[in-house]
Amino acid sequence: MLKTSAFEENLRARVGEANLHLASAGDAVSGVLPEFVAEPNDERQLAGILSLANEAGIAVVPRGSGTKLDWGNPPRRAQLILSTARLNRIVEHAWADLTVTVEAGCTLQSLQQTLGQHGQRLAFDGLWPERATIGGILSTNDSGALRLRFGALRDLIIGVTIALPDGTLASSGGKVVKNVAGYDLPKLVTGAFGTLGIITRAVFRLHPLPRTAKTFSFSAENSADMQQLILAIQDSQLAHTSLQIRGAANELLAADILFEATDAGLAAQESQLRDLLGSARVEQSPGSIWDARQNLWNSPTNNTLLAKISLLPTHIAKTFDSLKSLGNSRKVNWEIVLQATGMGMLRLAAEPAHLAAVVAELRTELQSRGGALGVLRRAPELPSIDAWGNTGDAISLMRAVKHQLDPKNTLNPGRFVGGI
Amino acid sequence: MDARIFQELRSIVGAHGLVSSPEELHTYECDGLTNFRVMPLAVLLPSDTQQVQAIVGVCHRERIPFVARGSGTGLSGGALPVENGIVISLARMNRILEMDLANARVVVEPGVINLDVTGRVQPHQYFYAPDPSSQSVCSIGGNVAENSGGAHCLKYGFTTTHVLGLEVVLPDGSLVHLGGKCLDMPGYDLMGVFVGSEGTLGIATKVTLRIVKRPECIRTLLAAFPGTNEAGAAVSDIIAAGMLPAAIEMMDNLAIQAAEAAVHPNYPDCGGLLLVELDGPVAEVEALMRDVDEICRKNGAWEVRLAKSDTERMLVWKGRKAAFAAMGRISPNYIVQDGVIPRTALPRVMSEIARLSEEAGIRVANVFHAGDGNLHPLVLYDRRIAGQEQAAESLSYRILELCLEAGGSITGEHGVGEEKKRMMSKMFAEPDLDTMQRVRCAFDPLQLSNPTKVFPTPRLCGEKPGEYVAHPLETAGVAERY
Repeated sequence: MLKTSAFEENLRARVGEANLHLASAGDAVSGVLPEFVAEPNDERQLAGILSLANEAGIAVVPRGSGTKLDWGNPPRRAQLILSTARLNRIVEHAWADLTVTVEAGCTLQSLQQTLGQHGQRLAFDGLWPERATIGGILSTNDSGALRLRFGALRDLIIGVTIALPDGTLASSGGKVVKNVAGYDLPKLVTGAFGTLGIITRAVFRLHPLPRTAKTFSFSAENSADMQQLILAIQDSQLAHTSLQIRGAANELLAADILFEATDAGLAAQESQLRDLLGSARVEQSPGSIWDARQNLWNSPTNNTLLAKISLLPTHIAKTFDSLKSLGNSRKVNWEIVLQATGMGMLRLAAEPAHLAAVVAELRTELQSRGGALGVLRRAPELPSIDAWGNTGDAISLMRAVKHQLDPKNTLNPGRFVGGI
Repeated sequence: MDARIFQELRSIVGAHGLVSSPEELHTYECDGLTNFRVMPLAVLLPSDTQQVQAIVGVCHRERIPFVARGSGTGLSGGALPVENGIVISLARMNRILEMDLANARVVVEPGVINLDVTGRVQPHQYFYAPDPSSQSVCSIGGNVAENSGGAHCLKYGFTTTHVLGLEVVLPDGSLVHLGGKCLDMPGYDLMGVFVGSEGTLGIATKVTLRIVKRPECIRTLLAAFPGTNEAGAAVSDIIAAGMLPAAIEMMDNLAIQAAEAAVHPNYPDCGGLLLVELDGPVAEVEALMRDVDEICRKNGAWEVRLAKSDTERMLVWKGRKAAFAAMGRISPNYIVQDGVIPRTALPRVMSEIARLSEEAGIRVANVFHAGDGNLHPLVLYDRRIAGQEQAAESLSYRILELCLEAGGSITGEHGVGEEKKRMMSKMFAEPDLDTMQRVRCAFDPLQLSNPTKVFPTPRLCGEKPGEYVAHPLETAGVAERY
């Protein structure tokens, strides 16, 4: 901390009075209170500040609007928050080419509004779109219900610019949908939790807004029936956009399916769905049913933990059965929204000691079937759970990549897998 | 090569897994890009992952560069051997290991032929979506290396979208698993980096693929326009109408003539041919196809017809997929180029290509994946005429510069390889390339895996004092720093 005062002087000179302030309690990152918050005006300034911090040995936490800042492990050190709040321009919406170039600090909602003016969208439904920024969404690899049809963020991002700790601003990918020149670094930084570089801008491929959309829901008596219905839909020739299961302790399992099509197409698919599942079972639902994933985050208590899980569709029933039995034996209240892709968001509520045990048991079980459990938001009493679990035999390689891009561990130290 | 090392390599793969006679080695001196040729010291044909690891382990110990090779159909020289190096052919690792229909996954060895994946799952109404024109001969391992595309990636995405997991032999001989059967495995998306890295980061020995359910119906429409500008305007209108066809392909008159001469697909003789394929539920496709038909006519199409049967549809595609090879019917030699432009730049770039072609006195046939702006200009020449080959090459590079000037890319699906590495510094700035090479240094600090490809100038991994990590394993040793 000896270097801090000299660093502060340099920082102030670089970023200007107006864009630098002392951190307050609200800036804490998973209980770690940083010293400064810098809000650079542009990506060059951001890269300059980052390299200044890097030279001074100051740990940097990149931040968009902070909606997911507590995801992952708490940082080992966090002295400077480097905010992308002022990098919020939509640089270019090439609507006729179905691409957009956007700065990292732009919110998802503001991006979607601009794209909507030309009947287009980024085919991604993220959490808290009115606040969440593009940089944060990419870094945390948020994943919603539209993924089933349009792929994950990794499939939608076609170009990226990142600031590296040594001050380098590097771009890769490009502005065209199809491009294989050079390494695919947009994918490398997607889901890297800001540990390799700070995303300053991204280029996405876009999709047209749907002509019409309709949601239907159905329920099942038990997990085996639900799995069978989901697999039957996935194995059918229906062209659905999203398919999610909602489950909670002591509640009947329900599922929702979204169709986006022409009127003619929609009518035909509705009748096919009814043929497949039995007409009596199928009901139309409001579009708001797709908020279920985000609603899991409402009113968390000190005993609430949220996790992202990954499993194979054929393990849906087993996973629900485990949740049920863990819920009973460990007195855990659980709620889950699971996509047909096998990606789920899980909310657990219980006494902290029980939470840790449930996470460990469930993770072991999912991992034994090739899946994963990552802790996103944890109860404050539970700092000791590792957020990520088993990272397999590529961890050395991941450390080598980290070392090449951030050799001094300046960015988000300790937040990612294997202590990265 | 040292006789001792030679013996050691032979003991790994057996006499049948080693090619070393000069006559046989000629087969391997180039890939689909035949104007670059290098003789390898030897070619090894391992039959399993352990053999690949053992071979690469020897290469690492002895600092012998190696190049992995699938079917050798690549068009950018990616599988071109390197001087004093060996070639590791994955052709014998061609088993489909697992077919998991319920989860829509297939696990294959890298030597499996692209079309054989579809062949295996077709009886269950599934298919493997990436469909490069060479799909009947190209291998999945090669597709992974190049991040291969194809006509249908407009809707379905490229190889990288369909690869879920990889088993990789790293350049030091160690084995890692990237991704998996489930999505979003914890850690960096190194699988995303590996796919499309053109063999420079290691060798994939097992690949988990996503397969796709066959849509209820597929309809293909052919529209004949006076020229490519009118056809291009129709493409823009189709996209603006909010449709995402499975494929939109365009051919100019020269390309049509060549395809007709080769496989007689019965294309209309026109200045710009558009091939639009829609797939999905019948009611949806039929409603949208009416819109496509109308858009084409509005933009000046004088003939619009739907393929009437599956046989007719296959013939339409056969013509398109044979277009490259068909050039042999109308020109003794040709260069296949692979640039990308924002779709809206099409008229400008096309007329510039026409102007340059006329200026150089060299014909250019054009085949595009029009939906995503991927151009395949075919530069036609006659090697026997003095100066023509050089003129054709310089015209083909000039076309790539046009693509870059329009904000596009030097390659949409064929890769950079040997052919276009000098163009990389025109597309990317120094810090961009340097950052990519730092990632490379994490995988391959000794630069043994397909070195000399992709990047215009190799970066020594130890260039920055104090930041050099000699080896990934060594990095693992400094774990306490994290």
